[in-house]
Amino acid sequence: MNTLIALVPAFPLLGFLILALLGKKTSKKIAGFIGTASIGVSMILTFIITYLYLHQLPEVKSYSVVVWNWLQTGSLSVNISFGLDALSLIFILVITFVGFLIHIYSIEYMDKDIDFKKFFTYMNLFIASMLILVLANNFLLLYLGWEGVGLCSYLLIGFWYKDPANGYAARKAFIYTRTGDVALILGIILLFLNFGTLNIQSIAHAAQHSWATGSPIAIITALLLLIGAISKSAQIPLQPWLIDAMAGPTPVSALLHSSTMVTAGVYLIARNNLLFTLAPSIMLLVAIIGAVTLVVSGFSGLAHHDIKKILAYSTVSQIGYMFLGLGVGAWSAAVFHFMIQAFFKALLFLGAGAIIFAMNQEHNIFKMGGLRKKMPVVFITYLLGASSLAAVPLITGGFYSKDAIIWYSYSSPQGSIWLWLAAIVGALLTTLYSYRMVFVVFYGKMQKEPVYKPGWKMKAPLIILAFLSIFGGFIDMPSTLANFHPLSNFLDNILPETQVIKSGNLEWLFETISGVIVLLGIYLSYIFFIKKRDAAEAFSLTPLNKFFENGWGFDTIYDILIVRPVVWLAKIDKRDFFDQINIGIAYCSVGLNRMLSFTQNGKLRWYLMTLTLGVVIILTYMIFK
Amino acid sequence: MITLPLDIQLLFAGILFMLGLVGVLVRRNIFFILMSIEIMLNSAGLVFIIASAYWKQPEGQAMFIFILAVAAAEVSIGLALILRVYHHYRTLDVEAINKLKDKE
Amino acid sequence: MNGFFYIAAGVAIISTIFVITGKNAIHALLYLIVSFLSISVIFYLLDAPFIAALEVIIYAGAILVLFIFVTMMLNIVIEKKKEKKWLKPRMWVIPVILAVTLFFDLVFAVKSVPSHTIEKGIVLPKELGIAIFTRYLPAVEITAILLLIGVIGAYHLGSQKKKVFHRFLEKK
Repeated sequence: MNTLIALVPAFPLLGFLILALLGKKTSKKIAGFIGTASIGVSMILTFIITYLYLHQLPEVKSYSVVVWNWLQTGSLSVNISFGLDALSLIFILVITFVGFLIHIYSIEYMDKDIDFKKFFTYMNLFIASMLILVLANNFLLLYLGWEGVGLCSYLLIGFWYKDPANGYAARKAFIYTRTGDVALILGIILLFLNFGTLNIQSIAHAAQHSWATGSPIAIITALLLLIGAISKSAQIPLQPWLIDAMAGPTPVSALLHSSTMVTAGVYLIARNNLLFTLAPSIMLLVAIIGAVTLVVSGFSGLAHHDIKKILAYSTVSQIGYMFLGLGVGAWSAAVFHFMIQAFFKALLFLGAGAIIFAMNQEHNIFKMGGLRKKMPVVFITYLLGASSLAAVPLITGGFYSKDAIIWYSYSSPQGSIWLWLAAIVGALLTTLYSYRMVFVVFYGKMQKEPVYKPGWKMKAPLIILAFLSIFGGFIDMPSTLANFHPLSNFLDNILPETQVIKSGNLEWLFETISGVIVLLGIYLSYIFFIKKRDAAEAFSLTPLNKFFENGWGFDTIYDILIVRPVVWLAKIDKRDFFDQINIGIAYCSVGLNRMLSFTQNGKLRWYLMTLTLGVVIILTYMIFK
Repeated sequence: MITLPLDIQLLFAGILFMLGLVGVLVRRNIFFILMSIEIMLNSAGLVFIIASAYWKQPEGQAMFIFILAVAAAEVSIGLALILRVYHHYRTLDVEAINKLKDKE
Repeated sequence: MNGFFYIAAGVAIISTIFVITGKNAIHALLYLIVSFLSISVIFYLLDAPFIAALEVIIYAGAILVLFIFVTMMLNIVIEKKKEKKWLKPRMWVIPVILAVTLFFDLVFAVKSVPSHTIEKGIVLPKELGIAIFTRYLPAVEITAILLLIGVIGAYHLGSQKKKVFHRFLEKK
């Protein structure tokens, strides 16, 4: 079992190494096969591990395997050690399974691309880093995976590097996440200074005993970890990078920027739940950030017209839900929502990729229309995905997960009516923009003929993910309906149980309200986007819309506050002191050369003169010594 | 047969050597440079003879014979080279032979 | 006897000075011969008569005569005007300074050792002959080879291609 755990990140890493070193020599088919097969093997290993893990419950709740000793200096000893428990099991299941499906999809999607092999190299490295991040048993290894996914995100966003705009988007992503990385490493250093170890479990236990709830040290550490999580998960105020990250190929957006990398922040907070519970003010901050993000990006998603950017805002919004859940202490609900979100968001992105291909690289949804007859599979799966996103009551997976969070945002000890209100408004906006996408793209008058019919490699993942989006939700149903909680019970092995302080009867009422809101949203979007489509299109050109579209002006604010001063400083520092030293050295060398070449003037008597001079000096020195 | 102190004789040889050295450094005609080298060689031999006279041993004189032979060989080859230089450059100016100059 | 030494030394030095400041090649060579002759006298005064003879025969009589022959061959006397231009007084400054410094070093070196005088006694040529042909035989052999090399080198370097015209008529 332990070996299997260590092998799970090993196979994608092996795939990466093979492709990186030998990629040029292999054919495209083989490269695609190796890239996908390595993830496939990891996926099968994960299934085996799941089976074994479920068998060993409830005696053994977590496993830990040390592969080798990484570094040992002084009092710090860090191992490459992987740990498996319920939380990381859910994550690696999602990562390998969704990753595998996306790799199959990419074989067809990136078929015409020249850098086909490079793509799979980077994707394999990404999966390996993400698996390391999730399976890591100590903070330094987690940070390694953290940085690895940041690097792969940069490489993959700027994949079509010949267009400078893509490079700009990649750099923007990297710099935003870098801010979080700095905060994270500071947090890790603080933890090490306080506890002398980097092992996550040990730190959590030690913190419970030695730190008082609400003590400043706990608040600072939790805040630093939170900033790291915010940057990676693109929450306010560090969210603009995710929108520009859509410059990468669609499978990248599906894998990194919807299901896996951006959920690393959620994982971080969930993993360190003991630390966060020691700082209740930070938990509240997490919830508030989640709530604000989901409303703000909901508005932006509603206002945008680029299909991938709508989905990007939607991702930010859904992660806002997860943060909201984490903040109010609904740990398993947040992880549950992560799982379902991964399914339907990857589905939506892959479907968007198929649509973009079919529309010949057109991204503007208002230039599409009436595709439902020409692309039936894509239509049905997209509709199912959008319904799950909108949390259509009872029949979709999204309903169960999102609803759990909405209920806990009111009923848990840190919950309040305001958080619930934000969640409900967010749900309305979500429904509006998801059905807006469906209605505008698939209904109405066809404006362009689809030029590309997706093959089975693109359709099969869509179908599988659609199935999971619908039926995946049934593994955790609330107490009002069926009281069937296998997932929460499973996760309660490692995560604290969510407490509820408001009475259970209210749950009925709140669930009905959210269901009604969703149906209202469907009806409203039907009116706006099918009946009065032109009015909607006209509204999209107004200044208010533009404001929402620009992400509420965050980019401009950052530009003025941070980018311009730094660029100005760099400009005035162009000829700085250290530069002059380097120039001075070169200048001195050239000057010395000129001086010395003067002595090579080809004149015999000059040479003799210098010879005599040397002799005179030596003799004088020897005689007078 | 002379009973001068040793220093004066050595100094005399030294003066001759200096004169030869100055001649080498100053003259621009290759010919004169070669002549000045002969002066220097001769003064070096003089020192050997002085030493031989002091120690009453023939080694110094043997050394002088060898120096003589070396000077002879060197002069012959040097003059042959001067002939070549003259045929090529049409002048005996030593400044004309500056092909090894470091060009900027 | 010491007086002879001083006279010969003075002649040697003065004629050497004329050599290095001479503008006419032939005159300079003749001055050089005079210098060597006076040095030969000094050799004789230093109880080395055989060497004195050798100096006259080989050094003054062969080597310098070789010089004179080459001078005549190359017609170097023509260059008198250039010599005047080349030998300005300011050219002498630095070499003289260097030489004087070296000379002072020598003086210092010589004076730092307690003074000795040469005693009476002569080194016979017989002893010289025994020395070089028994103890220093390898050196003699090598010197012979060196002279052979000199001969071959001089022959090779001195040979010229067959020309149709006389070389003075060629390059005009």
